[in-house]
Amino acid sequence: MLEIKNLHATVEGNEILRGVNLAVNAGETHAIMGPNGSGKSTLAGVLAGNEAYDVTDGSVSFLGRDLLELPAEERARLGLFLAFQYPVEIPGISNAYFLQAALNEIRKSNGLDELDAMEFREFLEEKMDFVKIDRKFADRPVNEGFSGGEKKRNEILQMAVLEPKLAILDETDSGLDIDALRIVSEGVNKLRSENRAVVMVTHYQRLLSYIVPDFVHVLYKGRIVKSGGKDLALELEEKGYDWIKEEVAAV
Amino acid sequence: MPSVADSNQENADARAQKPPSGNDTYSGTRVEQSTRELEELANQQYKHGWVTEIEQDVIERGLTEDTVRLISAKKEEPEWLLEWRLKAFRHWQTMTEPTWANVHYPAIDYQHQRYYAAPKRKAAPLSSLDDVDQKLLQTFDKLGIPLEEQKRLSGVAVDAVFDSVSVATTHKDILAKKGIIFCSFSEAVKEHPDLVREHLGSVVPYADNFFAALNSAVFSDGSFCYVPKGVKCPMDLSTYFRINAAETGQFERTLIVAAEGASVNYLEGCTAPQRDENQLHAAVVELVALDDATINYSTVQNWYAGDRDGKGGIYNFVTKRGKCAGRNSHISWTQVETGSAITWKYPGCLLQGENSIGEFYSVALSTNYQQADTGTKMIHIGANTRSTVISKTISARNGNNSYRGQIKVMPKAHNARNYTQCDSLLIGDQCGAHTFPYIEVKNPTAHVEHEASTSKISEDQLFYCKQRGISQEDAISMVINGFCKEVFEHLPMEFAVEATKLLGVSLEGSVG
Repeated sequence: MLEIKNLHATVEGNEILRGVNLAVNAGETHAIMGPNGSGKSTLAGVLAGNEAYDVTDGSVSFLGRDLLELPAEERARLGLFLAFQYPVEIPGISNAYFLQAALNEIRKSNGLDELDAMEFREFLEEKMDFVKIDRKFADRPVNEGFSGGEKKRNEILQMAVLEPKLAILDETDSGLDIDALRIVSEGVNKLRSENRAVVMVTHYQRLLSYIVPDFVHVLYKGRIVKSGGKDLALELEEKGYDWIKEEVAAV
Repeated sequence: MPSVADSNQENADARAQKPPSGNDTYSGTRVEQSTRELEELANQQYKHGWVTEIEQDVIERGLTEDTVRLISAKKEEPEWLLEWRLKAFRHWQTMTEPTWANVHYPAIDYQHQRYYAAPKRKAAPLSSLDDVDQKLLQTFDKLGIPLEEQKRLSGVAVDAVFDSVSVATTHKDILAKKGIIFCSFSEAVKEHPDLVREHLGSVVPYADNFFAALNSAVFSDGSFCYVPKGVKCPMDLSTYFRINAAETGQFERTLIVAAEGASVNYLEGCTAPQRDENQLHAAVVELVALDDATINYSTVQNWYAGDRDGKGGIYNFVTKRGKCAGRNSHISWTQVETGSAITWKYPGCLLQGENSIGEFYSVALSTNYQQADTGTKMIHIGANTRSTVISKTISARNGNNSYRGQIKVMPKAHNARNYTQCDSLLIGDQCGAHTFPYIEVKNPTAHVEHEASTSKISEDQLFYCKQRGISQEDAISMVINGFCKEVFEHLPMEFAVEATKLLGVSLEGSVG
């Protein structure tokens, strides 16, 4: 589904990604871990099409398309979803309206009929119940006045509504207390399916005890330096990142 | 009349597709729903910039007592009105043009202007629409304002003003059955002189300010509305102002009176051709609300704003004021100011009656080289009077936007309340936003609140929207609509749709 080859990217002239290679297939859940500053969020941003990053080398194909050629909205319409580490507020625009506009753009580009306000409302409420989010959220302005936990849950609701093929979760666990973490994780787990891939970017192992990945990768200094199964995450939790750094230095 | 009928039909279809007004069940309010219509409009420039070729009765340039007399004579006015005009003119000659506003323009040569232009009539007086020149009917059709009642689906009565004269007023018969008078100002002077004489200048005296004095001397036409005691006007009333003639000023005058317990919603729309020369527009609007009366006055101002380099456009110097004369009276101004090279406008309320309420909801946009200095005046005179001011200004490219608001609480206005909120949105780094609040309180029981904020459309917001599949243009209009929501909610459905479109068109391409 997603194939990243030798990806290099800079932000404001500093090279952050220095040759990332990664392949993700439908149905798989991958975790990308790493110490602060290793390039995790940059990778998420580059895949989503954030123009703050410049890709200097490498290629990314998504569902057979050259992802890097496409503007952010086209990537989203193809089925790539990014759950933001810091969801953005849009004052005055209700969640329901925002999501209806987004979903209809995606449906339109996939040759489906747009949903009208009535149809969408029904669909939305179904999804809200599915990910256990209070229906009141529908009428609140996008992320405005939401607590940190509410914002993250709102991202998961958006994912449920937009039904992406590839969901990238950028530090979705940050700032969540244990209850919120459990609720968010349950939401993500319900959305896992054989047609959908999930890539979680996280600093801590704790998210991974709720959302158990098939693969764990360690990103360090802009490269994936180690890959393994879910046990790798436990090892990292136990030993920290230093042994990885030493391994890399030794090579 | 095949061409008229055809374009009416198109218009009727377009109206029929719109969702019914008052359909607020979903939080996707009427304003938000309309955002989608932006797509098709995103690439349009000012679309009302064309000229109607029509034979004109135009008077010579310049302004003297003779000009005033000539205008009055052309309109066959009574002596008292001519005298009033002359007093205004003489006073105007003693005044100097105000310079306190935060707008800059070359000096206006008032002797170079023309003060009257009217399409030539085949035969006067007009007895029905059949007598109206086809070109005029077509002009308003093209603007989306069909004047033939049977072809109008929407229940809005329209007075159509073309340069210096009213062309036609629709639905007069239905309104007359309720005792409502809705006609051109000129007709009101002839048919209802006592009402006009009683209220003309009672809210905006001719000596009020430089532009009001000029208007009082040379005003040409406009609308008059009187809603009698206890009557709720069964349909929205509307005036559509069209400037057509070159180098001619438009000086219209509108007077609306709501008697005890009456209520009326009034809508005003404006467009003008695209010309390289600046054109002057100096209007006066007076509203009078007696005991328990309500007047809601909404404007979508879309005069020509000039081109991207700041060439041409309308100079819009307007005095609008409402008098809440009676107890529990209520006047609400809602304005969306997108056009004009220069906007100088402060719709206000004199809150005389006890418990009266004044409101001002405004969106002012300045892009390219537009300059807007606009706001409100709320003068609390009676006890327990309340006012609310919500001002949203949007500045883009080289636009310069100032909010100027006066809140005055007089000694007898016990327990007066005011809440003012001024929000500015900046797009790009060449534009400006300014806030000039003037607060004067002479009663210690008053509560006056003022809040202000300035924000920018952020790249983060746009990226967030795009990551959800929404295009850049739609993302911008979404952020702007969200910003303006509190104001758009006060507009009638059709105006809200229009306003949303206008903001989208005007701001196209200004981000990124």
